[in-house]
Amino acid sequence: MAGSEVKVLGTWASPFALRVHIALGIKSVKYEWVEENLEAKSQLLLESNPINKQVPVLIHHHKPICESLAILQYIDEAWPSAPSILPSDPYHRAVARFWAAYIDHKWFTWLKGVASAEGAEAKKAALDQVREGLVVVEEAFGKCSKGKDFFSGDRIGYLDIVLGCFLGWLYVAEKRNDVKLLDEEKMPGLAAWAIKFCLDGAVKNVMPDKDELLDYANMVFQAMAMAKAKLNAPPNY
Amino acid sequence: MGEEVKLFRTWSSPFALRIVWALRIKAIEYETVFEDISNKSPSLLQCNPVHGKVPVLLHNGRPIAESLVILEYIDEAWKQAPLLPVDPHERAMARFWAKFGDDKVLGSIWSVFIKQGKEQEEAMVPAMENLKFLEEELKGKKFFGGDTIGFVDLALGWLANLIGLLEEIVGLKVVDGEKLPLLSAWMQEFGDAPIIKDNWPARDRMILKFQALRDATIAAASK
Repeated sequence: MAGSEVKVLGTWASPFALRVHIALGIKSVKYEWVEENLEAKSQLLLESNPINKQVPVLIHHHKPICESLAILQYIDEAWPSAPSILPSDPYHRAVARFWAAYIDHKWFTWLKGVASAEGAEAKKAALDQVREGLVVVEEAFGKCSKGKDFFSGDRIGYLDIVLGCFLGWLYVAEKRNDVKLLDEEKMPGLAAWAIKFCLDGAVKNVMPDKDELLDYANMVFQAMAMAKAKLNAPPNY
Repeated sequence: MGEEVKLFRTWSSPFALRIVWALRIKAIEYETVFEDISNKSPSLLQCNPVHGKVPVLLHNGRPIAESLVILEYIDEAWKQAPLLPVDPHERAMARFWAKFGDDKVLGSIWSVFIKQGKEQEEAMVPAMENLKFLEEELKGKKFFGGDTIGFVDLALGWLANLIGLLEEIVGLKVVDGEKLPLLSAWMQEFGDAPIIKDNWPARDRMILKFQALRDATIAAASK
């Protein structure tokens, strides 16, 4: 059965797992999705990714592949027929990989920093950093897209997936902090790109509903705040 | 062939060394531009405006930055002596291990190096865990790439030189030949391979540099 040959271990809220959903959709590959509970990880997950014990994991012909960027490239290579995910030219592939590294190592770290920043000043600084990062990526978008809809041109590809998976969490940060981060005035290219990305055939049916994500985030942050308050509370004699 | 290949590097950067090795393995002729990090050249800042860091490879006027990205580029632009395997699953594993090296191993070893006393003891735990994973991965292999040096060997190659230096500076054994025999053997094999051996930066200069870095970090932490 073709479907059971390809399995994805992920969670509905994970932007990294979303990357795998989208990439398999682009290639029209049938797969089985296993929704993991990160509080009680499955034996399969622990065996498939013993080092990091994280989602997503792609399992193909019973062999696991971990790390979302490695998975994206694997999908492109294991299912080489069109449409392709990475550009064909080595230089453009290098440019795409460079920006993927920037988005994952720098920009996403800043986005996470918004949640962990304490106090109004630190929050503002963290939000400013996220916005500044988007301005840098806006310039990259201009160069990569060359006037077309997506980083990859006419169709979504590697860099679109790498950044696009964070749009839901970007919305969460905007709503929780009552700010605009993806600003149509400062980043017109990215603002237009975001709308088109979410409407793409390989994205729209797998992208989590952003308000559901917001509810989930509110619940998680509330639980974290309560746990912290308990730790800091004076003992109850 | 009319190809222009330039590498911007510093004398000590382990990330730049990866590129030197790759270019030597593929027998690619190139020009080196040594950068002074405290006084970066306009050319470097133009080629890598986002990070302003080395290494940067300039190929026929087009810059590529980020050492692992550069390694993949070199492998794709020059087909001889391939660095990555052919099989997609093996390629994915190679990319995984390179990322593990940069994300986890490097940081955990650095932690041991910049700490002292009890904190250093505690930092040894995750460092040893990470090194044990590498030891496991070497089972039945001479190099991470198999019989010959490959992508993962280049990505982890800094271990073969830096570990010995750091051990000398802090007076601590990190890669014990008894506890990590395969990793120990790999460090020797890799470190002594002709292409690799010729390119290690001057040892005494490295000792001075890293001693100073450790002292400065410890001083800053105790303020």
